[in-house]
Amino acid sequence: MTILFTNARLIDPESLTESHGDLLVRDGAIVAVGQVEPPSDAEVIDCGGKCLAPGIVDLGVKIGEPGERHKESFRSAGLAAAAGGVTTIIARPDTTPAIDTPETLEFVTRRAAESSPVRIRHMAALTKGREGREMTELGFLIDAGAVAFTDSDRVVTDTKVLSRALTYARAMEALVIGHPQEPGLSRGASATSGKFASLRGLPAVSPMAERIGIDRDLGLVEMTGCRYHFDQITTARALPPLQRAKANGLKVTAGTSIHHLTLNEFDVGDYRTFFKLTPPLRSEDDRQAVVQAVADGLIDVICSMHTPLDEESKRLPFEDALSGAVGLETMLPAAMRLYHSGDLTIPQLFRAMSLNPARILGLPQGRLSQGAPADLVLFDPDQPFVLDRFSLRSKCKNTPFDGHRMEGRVLGTWVGGHRVFTPED
Amino acid sequence: MTFRARHLLGIEHLSPEDIRTVLDLAESYVSLNRRTIKHSDALAGMTQINMFFEPSTRTQASFELAGKRLGADVMNMGVAQSSVKKGETLIDTALTLNAMHPDLLVVRHPASGAAELLAQKVNCAVINAGDGRHEHPTQALLDALTIRRKKGRIQRLTIAICGDIAHSRVARSNLILLGKMENRVRLIAPPTLMPAGAADLGCEVYHDMREGLRDADVVMMLRLQKERMDGGFIPSEREYYHRYGLDAEKLKLARPDAIVMHPGPMNRGVEIDGELADDINRSVIQEQVEMGVAVRMACLDLLARNLRADRGRQAAGEMA
Repeated sequence: MTILFTNARLIDPESLTESHGDLLVRDGAIVAVGQVEPPSDAEVIDCGGKCLAPGIVDLGVKIGEPGERHKESFRSAGLAAAAGGVTTIIARPDTTPAIDTPETLEFVTRRAAESSPVRIRHMAALTKGREGREMTELGFLIDAGAVAFTDSDRVVTDTKVLSRALTYARAMEALVIGHPQEPGLSRGASATSGKFASLRGLPAVSPMAERIGIDRDLGLVEMTGCRYHFDQITTARALPPLQRAKANGLKVTAGTSIHHLTLNEFDVGDYRTFFKLTPPLRSEDDRQAVVQAVADGLIDVICSMHTPLDEESKRLPFEDALSGAVGLETMLPAAMRLYHSGDLTIPQLFRAMSLNPARILGLPQGRLSQGAPADLVLFDPDQPFVLDRFSLRSKCKNTPFDGHRMEGRVLGTWVGGHRVFTPED
Repeated sequence: MTFRARHLLGIEHLSPEDIRTVLDLAESYVSLNRRTIKHSDALAGMTQINMFFEPSTRTQASFELAGKRLGADVMNMGVAQSSVKKGETLIDTALTLNAMHPDLLVVRHPASGAAELLAQKVNCAVINAGDGRHEHPTQALLDALTIRRKKGRIQRLTIAICGDIAHSRVARSNLILLGKMENRVRLIAPPTLMPAGAADLGCEVYHDMREGLRDADVVMMLRLQKERMDGGFIPSEREYYHRYGLDAEKLKLARPDAIVMHPGPMNRGVEIDGELADDINRSVIQEQVEMGVAVRMACLDLLARNLRADRGRQAAGEMA
């Protein structure tokens, strides 16, 4: 099958450039980019000058299989991803039970392949039951297809356990993903300490808890030589240690969530629980510092941290409500806010949303160049709309962007050259 | 003949010449042990005390038999009935026993350096039968004798030691001995069970067992302690067996005439395939046990000779 995309604004995150031109796809792979002579057998898609970019690789998506399929299934997550321009979901292991054995991993791999229109790759837990006591069967899990190891938002507090797991992982060149946080300091907190939390009377955590977490983990990374990724860096004061670690040649990368890039603590307003996240939303100064770090390439990855929660978990007093927000479908339009504000260019955004996560995980996706898989998203960065949370394809509708004016609409999504999303209107 | 040592605390203190002396003498005891009347008078009239502060079957039995076959009066002191249970310190126990004038003290203790500490406090010969994760010299010597008999030499061989290197006194004594005898020693272990700085000990370090086994003449498997099996140092027994357990398929990478050794007791299906352990064409595990008695007889004999010579010199000094 041959498809020719013509008249496209081509977003190349490798060279951080955009250009006007064509893109030719044959047998699921990109075979030519730029000015292409149309082959006679090609299906031609006129992009109308809109953006054509490598599909998003979303590092850290919670799906409710096994255990909570009423919140999100591989099918619903896959449909939401396709509508949001996400072509590869990297699923989290914080399910019920946790994905901590090769048998569970094989089960979810089979389920995902049967039911999702987009690619799904799986992470596995670093410790059994995510309890921070005993490492999982890293070798068997890698053989079964695990792309990384993480206990998600649970911190392995026993440094001996973590150092042994990192030592073992290092020998297999496995990637470990950690959540930088000092769990003692952040226990019971539901906001970031500061004026807002004080006014609202919410239990709060100092942003220093993130810095202490990153410092400890970097010490263990230096000791063991393991490849390590911080799932979410959200504060200004966590950035200097990250920068030093990278300058010293540690194999360290970092991500942040689209919500922490586009919202701050004041958005919580009148105790709106859809804005309760882990870690909590930060000050405006922190948000700006983190946006700048993405522009500089210090923070490598933007992810949605998609966390589907049902109405019952959110319709509670702020302190009692669960943390997390869905993001698969809203990540791209939310990212366009950073483009329209002049903070980041579209190639910079796709470097963080597509190229870097694929590189870190060793996947061939995320590039708009010859030989790469034809995982593509076509979108109009300027088309405005008002988000209605009940229009989301995810089973849970807990988005903080409900009723927000957004710009940026997905016009089509392709996975391996197959179209998996076409807008209804 | 060399071997002038007063104690046998570790391989570290022995020269290649000392090692050859022990092995040569042990050969003669191998023949003795195969006779119906297995008796010599080398230690006649001497007292040997076996002090085991850690449970042991084969090493204790081996030392007891060795002493008895050489004609010594042998006493076993297990930890269960010892006054250590009543709170006595190691040194007090040693001084109490020392007052009873033993000639040979065989010690096993869970703390590294315990045998050395005892040797400073008593005036008999001390044999280290395993101290913590430090040394187990008679095991290395019996392994060397087994290898020499099977391979015809104990030089220029490629020897792979695989398993829990970090916590193994057997591995430490063996790598020192094999290094002194100019062999190529490879250590194979998951990184969590590899001691820090292993590469600086003059060995080659492998985390991939298949690579480490390639063209080896000897494969030495180590026991994995039960308490290290789950999650702490390794993820699970089955993952360990998959990656670091020796089976016929992995052994194919070694030389076709490679021998398989294990200091025992074995965990079949954890570090070694049961069938392979029983394969008389490859496994020399039973021979190791046999060589153990002979090597310990040689060690006891040599130390007793040195002890008599020392005491003779002392007596001569007193007379003059």
